Amino acid sequence: MTNSIDDLEKADCILVTGSNTTEAHPIVGLRIKRAVMKNDCKLIVAEPRRIRLCDYAHLWLKQLPGTDVALLNGMMNVILEEGLADEEFIRERTEGFEEFKKVVERYTPERAAEICGVPADQIREAAHIFASAERAAIVYCMGITQHTTGVDNVLSLANLAMLTGNIGKEGAGLNPLRGQNNVQGACDMGGLPNVLPGYQSVQDPRAREKFARVWGVENLPEKPGLTVMEMMEAAAQGKVKALYIMGENPMVSDPDIRHLQEALDKVELLVVQDIFLTETARRAHVVLPAASFAEKEGTFTNTDRRVQRVRKAVEPPGDAREDSWIVAEVSRRLGYDMGDVSASAVMEEIASLTPQYGGISYQRLEELGYLHWPCPTPDHPGTPILHVEKFTRGKGLFSAVEFKPPAELPDEEYPFYLTTGRILFHYHTGTMTRRSAGIEALASTNEVWMNPEDARELGVEEGEHVVVQSRRGAIRIRAKLTEDMPQKVLFIPFHFGESPANALTNPALDPVAKIPEYKVAAVRVLVGKEAEGVDVVSLSSTG
Amino acid sequence: MKSVSITIDGKAVEVPADYTILQAAREAGISIPTLCHDERLEPFGACRVCVVKVEGARALLPACATPVSEGMRIWTDLEEVRRARRTVIELLLSDHPNDCMVCERSGSCELQDLAYEYGVREPRFQGERHTYEVLDDNPLIERDYNKCIVCGRCVRICREVQGVGVYDFINRGFDAIPGTPYGRSLPETPCEFCGQCVSTCPTGALVSIPYKGKGRAWQVTKVRTTCPYCGCGCQVDLHVRDGKVVGASSPVMVGPGQGNLCVKGRYGYEFIHHPDRLTRPMVRKGGELVEVSWDEALDEVAGRLKEIMEENGPDSVAFLCSARCTNEENYLLQKLARAVVGTNNVDHCARL
Ligand code: SF4
Ligand code: SF4
Ligand code: SF4
Ligand code: FES
Repeated sequence: MTNSIDDLEKADCILVTGSNTTEAHPIVGLRIKRAVMKNDCKLIVAEPRRIRLCDYAHLWLKQLPGTDVALLNGMMNVILEEGLADEEFIRERTEGFEEFKKVVERYTPERAAEICGVPADQIREAAHIFASAERAAIVYCMGITQHTTGVDNVLSLANLAMLTGNIGKEGAGLNPLRGQNNVQGACDMGGLPNVLPGYQSVQDPRAREKFARVWGVENLPEKPGLTVMEMMEAAAQGKVKALYIMGENPMVSDPDIRHLQEALDKVELLVVQDIFLTETARRAHVVLPAASFAEKEGTFTNTDRRVQRVRKAVEPPGDAREDSWIVAEVSRRLGYDMGDVSASAVMEEIASLTPQYGGISYQRLEELGYLHWPCPTPDHPGTPILHVEKFTRGKGLFSAVEFKPPAELPDEEYPFYLTTGRILFHYHTGTMTRRSAGIEALASTNEVWMNPEDARELGVEEGEHVVVQSRRGAIRIRAKLTEDMPQKVLFIPFHFGESPANALTNPALDPVAKIPEYKVAAVRVLVGKEAEGVDVVSLSSTG
Repeated sequence: MKSVSITIDGKAVEVPADYTILQAAREAGISIPTLCHDERLEPFGACRVCVVKVEGARALLPACATPVSEGMRIWTDLEEVRRARRTVIELLLSDHPNDCMVCERSGSCELQDLAYEYGVREPRFQGERHTYEVLDDNPLIERDYNKCIVCGRCVRICREVQGVGVYDFINRGFDAIPGTPYGRSLPETPCEFCGQCVSTCPTGALVSIPYKGKGRAWQVTKVRTTCPYCGCGCQVDLHVRDGKVVGASSPVMVGPGQGNLCVKGRYGYEFIHHPDRLTRPMVRKGGELVEVSWDEALDEVAGRLKEIMEENGPDSVAFLCSARCTNEENYLLQKLARAVVGTNNVDHCARL
C-alpha cells in the first residue's frame, strides 16, 4: 500500500476493486465501512459479485469478470473529457501522459460499457465522484492481479491515481492488499528470483558485491532465477531436481493441481518444512517439523509496510524447531556457518543490507510497537505514506493500456465464468483455520455459488451436489444459490482440499508478473446423471 | 486543535479543546471509573458511573460524555461523587447473579472491580431478579443476559465499529436487554463472529466459548504478537497458561485493527496445539515417511542437495520461501539459496 490502513478513514472517496475486503481483509473492510458510516466517504465498488461492501457503497459497478482495463479506461475517458484531471500533478510529477491520453480517448463510456457490462452513465458517475473527491483512495486485491492482464490492470489503476493527483497525500493512494500475513515481508526479504533483499537487482554487480562481502562468499549468482510456476514447469521437465519448500502448500494453492502433482512427483528431492503434513508434505522425501508463529520470535511486515513483532508464547511441540534453526543447520552441513541466527541478530544483518529496513531494530520495535518502511536510519520515524514529494523513479509514468480479454472465456461447451477467492472463516489452504473447531463448525463445507436463475435452468436445487468441470479437471461440490452472484458467473472458495477450486483454474500467466489467472476460467456444471462417473479431484480436507 | 486550561482535583492541566472530561483526566493520570464507555465507541453517557462534579453545574456530569471547556473546575473524588457512583453500582448488583466464583470474567470484570473498589457487598436494594436462559446457539459466542448490565456496548460496537448491527435493545425499562431480531440465533443473523461484542462487554454476559474455563485473568500471561492470518497485521494478545495458548484478545486502540479483530484472529488458534502438528523429522524409506532424528534428516537433506548440485549445477535446486514465515526466516532461506547453494531460484506463493 502507498498509504497506511489508518489513512483510509481520511479518504473522501474509496474505490474498491477486485477485493472482497470484508472477507479477505476484514479489518481493512472494517476501516472502510467506518469511513463510510462516520465520515460520509463515498464508496465505489467495482466487482461482479454482490459483496458485503456493496451494502455500504454509493455506487456498485457490476462488471463482467476480467474487464477492469475497459472500465477504468472508460472512467478516465470521462475525467479527461470533462476536464476533471489534476493538471498540475500531471505536469509536475508525471510523464508519458500524451500516449496514455491517445489510448484512453478511444474508450468512450459507451464503448467501455459494451465490454465491461456497466452502464455508461454509471461509468460517468463513478468518474465524477472519484475525480471530484479531495482525497480518493484505491483499494485492490487479487481480483485485479490474478489475471493474465494483471499487470495491465494495476497500471490502469496507477493511471487513475495519477490522473486525479491521488498519490503521495493523506487519505489517497494506490493500496494493494496482500493476501497472506507476510507476503510483503517475504518479497522485501528477497524471496523473489530477480532481487536480493530490499529489491536490489541480482543483476546489479554493486548489489551482489555488497551482499557477497557481508555474507563472506566470493560471488553471488547473477542470472535471475525461476518463478514458482516456472520452477514447477522445470521440475516436470526434469531440469529442477531438488525443491526445498518452507511453509507453503502449493498442492492446494497452485492452479492446475494435476500438473503440479506430476512435477512434485518427478523431483529427486522434495524437502518440506512445515507445521502440518500438508498435501505437499505428503509427497516429500524429507519432512522437517517447524515451529508455528506462536513458538518463535521474529517480525512480519503487513500490507501497509508495517513491520511488527512476532513473539514466542509457547514451546514448539515435540522435536519441532524454528525455521531459522533448521535453515542454519542445513547451511552448516553444506559448509556455511550462518552464525547467530536469533531473530534480533538476523534483523541487524537485514538492516545493514536493506536500505528500507536500515533503521529497524528490535529495540525500536519494542519501544514504538511498529515501523513503516522505508525507514532508512535509526532516527527515522518510518514512512506511512509513499511518494509524497517524488516517485521512487523520479516521475510517475503513465502507461497506455489497451483492454485484452481473459485467456479463457465461456463458450458453448464451458458456458460459465468461474472465479475463485476467499471466505471470511478460512484462510488460504485451510491448514490452520480448518483445525479450529469453532470456526470449522461454522463453515465446514465447500460450496459453488450460483445465481438462482442459472440454477433453475440447470435444474439444480439448493444444497444439491454437482460436478463443476473445466478443461483441466473436475470437482464435486455442493451448490449454494444466491442472488449475490450475477448470472453465468460461479464462485468457488479455494480453502477446501476435498473439492479444490484449483483443479479447475487456468494456469495461464500474466506475461510480466507470472501470476496465474485464478479469477477467470470457463467451466460447465454437470447435474444428476451427467455428474456420475466423472473423474473428480479430491485432496485431504485440511490441506 | 486549540487547547483549553482546566483543573481536575485542583491540578491545572492543558488539553485539546475537543477532549471529554474523561480523556483529560486520564491524560492527567487521574482515574475515573467507567462502565458503558469504550475508547472504540462514540461517547454514550448511559451508566453514570463516571460522574464528576463540575463547579457551577447543577447536577453531577458524566465524564465520558461531557466535553471540557475553558476554565472548567472538576472534582472526581468528592464524597458526593462517590456516593452517586456507589448507588449506581448497588442498583446494578441488585439484579446481578452472585456468580463470580465460576464466572469466566472474574478478575477481568469491570463490574466486579467497581464493587471491590466501592466496597459494595450486599446491595441495598433487594428487588426482582431476571432469569434468562443462557444462549449458546453457535460454537463461538455465549450470551448470558442474567449478567447483562445493559450498558449497550455490544449493540453499539456491532453497529458503529463492525457496521453490522446484529443486536438491538428489546423490551423497555427494567426488562431491557440487547437481543437479536425475533430472538434469532447468531448464525441466523448477519453476525460475522468477529467477537467485537465479546471484547467490549464489561461483564461475563458475553463470553468466547472456545476459551471458556481455560484460564481467568490472573492465571494467564498475555503475549503480544501479530495475527498469523491475513495481511492486515492486527495485534493480538495470546493468553498463555501452563505452556498452552488458551485464549486470545485484542489490545484496545493498538495496531491496524485499533483493538478489533476478525473471526480468524480472535478464534483461529486451536491449530497451535492440534494433535496433527508435526513433531518429528521424517525421511521417506521404501515409499513411506519414517520418523528419524534431526541429525539423520538434516544429513539426508544436505547430502542429497550436495549430490544434486555437484551433478547438475546449483540451478537444478529451487527454493520456496513462505508468506507465513517471519522476515528473518525468509531472509535466511534466500541466503541459503544464493550464498550457499548459489542459485536465484527463490520464490514464494504470493502470486497465488
Ligand atoms: S460477533 Fe461481531 S458481528 Fe457478531 S454480534 Fe458480535 S460484534 Fe456483531
Ligand atoms: S451484553 Fe454485555 S455489552 Fe451488551 S449490554 Fe449487556 S453488559 Fe453491555
Ligand atoms: S485478525 Fe483478521 S483482519 Fe486482522 S490480521 Fe488477523 S485475519 Fe487479518
Ligand atoms: S462510562 Fe460514562 S456514563 Fe457510562
